[in-house]
Amino acid sequence: MAKVASPEELVKVDHTPPKKEWMDTPVELKEGRWCYGSKPKDHEVIGLPNPRAWSPGDEDWKLPENWQEIFLEGMRERLDKFRSFRLFMDICVRCGACADKCHFFIGSGDPKNMPVLRAELLRSVYRGEFTTAGKVLGKLAGGRKLTYDVFKELFYYFFQCTECRRCSLFCPYGIDTAEITIIGRELLNLLGCNIDWITGPVANCYRTGNHLGIQPHAYHSMLEFFCEEIEEITGILPEPSFNRKGAEILFITPSGDVFADPGTFTAMGYLMLFHYLEGMGLDLTWSTYASEGGNFGYFTSHEMAKRLNAKMYAEAKRLGVKWILGGECGHMWRVCNQYMNTFWEPPKNLETPVSPITGTRFENAKDHRMLHICEFTADLIKHGKLNLDPSRNDQYKVTFHDSCNPARGMGFFEEPRYILNNICNEFYDMPINTIREQTFCCGGGSGLNTDEIMDLRMRGGLPRANAVKYVHEKHGVNLLSCICAIDRATLPPMMEYWVPDVEVSGVHELLANALILEGETKRTMNLRAEEFPWVEEEEEEEVEEAAAEVILEAAEEEVEEAIEETAEGTTEEAAADSAEEAAEEPVKEAAEEKAEGDK
Amino acid sequence: MATVDHMGKTFEIDEDGFIDSFDSWCPEWVDYVKASEGIQELTEEHWKVIHVLQDYYQKHGIAPMVRILTKVTGYKLKYIYELFPSGPGKGACKMAGLPKPTGCV
Repeated sequence: MAKVASPEELVKVDHTPPKKEWMDTPVELKEGRWCYGSKPKDHEVIGLPNPRAWSPGDEDWKLPENWQEIFLEGMRERLDKFRSFRLFMDICVRCGACADKCHFFIGSGDPKNMPVLRAELLRSVYRGEFTTAGKVLGKLAGGRKLTYDVFKELFYYFFQCTECRRCSLFCPYGIDTAEITIIGRELLNLLGCNIDWITGPVANCYRTGNHLGIQPHAYHSMLEFFCEEIEEITGILPEPSFNRKGAEILFITPSGDVFADPGTFTAMGYLMLFHYLEGMGLDLTWSTYASEGGNFGYFTSHEMAKRLNAKMYAEAKRLGVKWILGGECGHMWRVCNQYMNTFWEPPKNLETPVSPITGTRFENAKDHRMLHICEFTADLIKHGKLNLDPSRNDQYKVTFHDSCNPARGMGFFEEPRYILNNICNEFYDMPINTIREQTFCCGGGSGLNTDEIMDLRMRGGLPRANAVKYVHEKHGVNLLSCICAIDRATLPPMMEYWVPDVEVSGVHELLANALILEGETKRTMNLRAEEFPWVEEEEEEEVEEAAAEVILEAAEEEVEEAIEETAEGTTEEAAADSAEEAAEEPVKEAAEEKAEGDK
Repeated sequence: MATVDHMGKTFEIDEDGFIDSFDSWCPEWVDYVKASEGIQELTEEHWKVIHVLQDYYQKHGIAPMVRILTKVTGYKLKYIYELFPSGPGKGACKMAGLPKPTGCV
C-alpha cells in the first residue's frame, strides 16, 4: 500500500501541463492512484470474463489474444445501442468549461483528469477506429489506434473518475461525462479488467444480497444489537420485523449502515423513527434478502446493475408490500430513480407511495414506487408529527455534504436541510459553489473508496475538505452530515487528514438524537453512547441542589424538634428565632443550644 | 497471489497481506503477522481479541462490527489499537485470518 504524503506536502499541487502534446505523453501508472485488480474467484461467482490473477502494476495484464477485437466490437455495439454515447463521442468542442470542475484534477493536477481530456482518451479511439476522417488522417483528426498502452491508460483514468457528474453541470452541451466513464468501464470489463473493491462487493451481493456478504441470521443479529443499544440509551427496546409478508412498506438501506461506524448510528436512527411511528400506523418490514440499497454492479456494467437490482422488486412482490422506503444512500438513488422502472416493470402490488401517517401522496415517486427516507421524514416534520428536542444536538455545529447522486441525480436539496434545521439549533451551509447541484465529491464514490488509493482519495477530497474547513473556521462547525453510506465511509478519514476535529454523521442519527420517544428515560447520551457534554454540569448542579435540600430538611427537622421542645415554656418568637438560626450551620448544635438556652 | 513461508507452513496472501482463506489459518500465521504488526509479545489480551473475532466469524460468516468487538471483549477501541497498531480490521482481523470487509465501509 502506497504511503500518503502529509497534507502540507499533498496540497502543493502543480497544475502545469507537460510540454508535449497529450497523445505523446505516455501514461505512467502511479502507485496510490490505481486500485488492486479484480480477483478470479469473484469473476467466477458472477461470470465476468477472463478470470485470472493480475495486477494493474504488472507489465502483462493477461488479456485474451483478440482483446482489441473484443473491445472494439463492444464499443460498436454500445455506439449503436446508446444514442447518448454516440452523441457524447461526436459533439465535444473542447471548450474546457469542465476542466477545472473535477475534484481529481483540482487535487492531482494531472491534465488527463480534466473531464474533457479523460473523455478524449476514449473519444480519440472512437475517431481513430470508427470515423473516416480519423481512420485516414489519424492524429491530425484527433484519432488514435487502440494500443496496449492506450488500453492501460483508459483503465487508469476511468478508475480515477467517481462518476459524480459535477463536470456535466458546466458543459454547455450537457455532455454527461459520467456516462462516458460508465461505458468505458463496461468495455474494460469485457476483458476482465475491473478492480477488487468493486467485484468483491458485487460477488458478495449476488450471493448473499448485500455487498458485505452478511447472511440473513447475521443481518438479524446486527439489528438486534442496535435495538439493545437503543434500549440502553432510551430505555425503549424497538422490535423491528423481518421478511414479513403483508407489511405495507419494505425498507431497504445500504448494508454499510448495519456494519460500519458511523453509519451504524444512522441505522439506529431508522429503528428509533420506525418504533416511534408504529403506534401511529406505520406498518414496515426490513428484509434479510433485499439487504442492500447500494449497487456496485452499476460500477461494472448496466447489465450487472440490473442483475443486482432485481432483488428489490422481487422482494417487494414476494412480501406483497405497497411501496418501498429507501435509506440514506447515494448511488442507490441514481439506479432506483433513473433505471429501476426501465430495468423492470414494477410488480402489480406496488402503488404510488402514500405516507400512512400524514396521508401525503408522493407523486414524484409514482414511477418507481420507492420513496427516499428524507422525503418521508421531512413530510412528517412538516405536518408536526414528530416530537423533537433539537437541544439534544447542541454539542454539534452542523453542515451538510450533498451526496453527488441524490443531488445531481435527482435534484434532492431541500429535504435534508429542512430536517436538519428542525433537529439542530446550529446549521451552517458551506459556500454555495460547493453545495447543492455544485456539490464536490467525497473523493471515493463509484467504488473508489478503497484504501490502496488513499493518495488519490485525499487529493480528490481536497475541494470538499476545503469547504468544510471554511465553515469550521468561520462558524466552528464540528459535524459534517450526509445522506450516503459511501460518504460515511470515506469522509471520516478525509476529515481526519484535512480537517481534524470534524466528525461525520448521517441525518437520521441526528434526527433520532432529537426524537422524543414515548416513555423514554431521561437521555444522558447521544446515539454514540457519548455522554452529552452538559450532563456533567447538570449533574454537579443536581448534586448541589440535593445537598442543599438535605441541609434544609435537616434544618426543618431540627426546627420542628426545637419547637416541640420549647412549646412548653417559650413564646412563638423564640421558636421563630430558633428556626432562623437553625437554618444556618452548624444546624443541629445551634438548634439544640438555643432550645436549651430558651428553657 | 504472493506466498510466504513461515515456521514450515506456506500461506497465500493478498496485496494487503490478508490470508487467502480462513481455512488456512493456524497459530503459525499469527506468529508471522506479529512481526509486521510490530507486536513484541502476544499477550492473553491479544488472544482474547483473536478468539472473539474467530468465534463470531464462524457463527456469522463475517467479521463482527467494531462496536460488537469492543462490547464483547470489554476493551475500548483505543485499547484495541494499542494491542493491534493497525487497528481492529487491518491488524486484528488479519491475524485472526478473517477476510477484509468490502463495500460502503
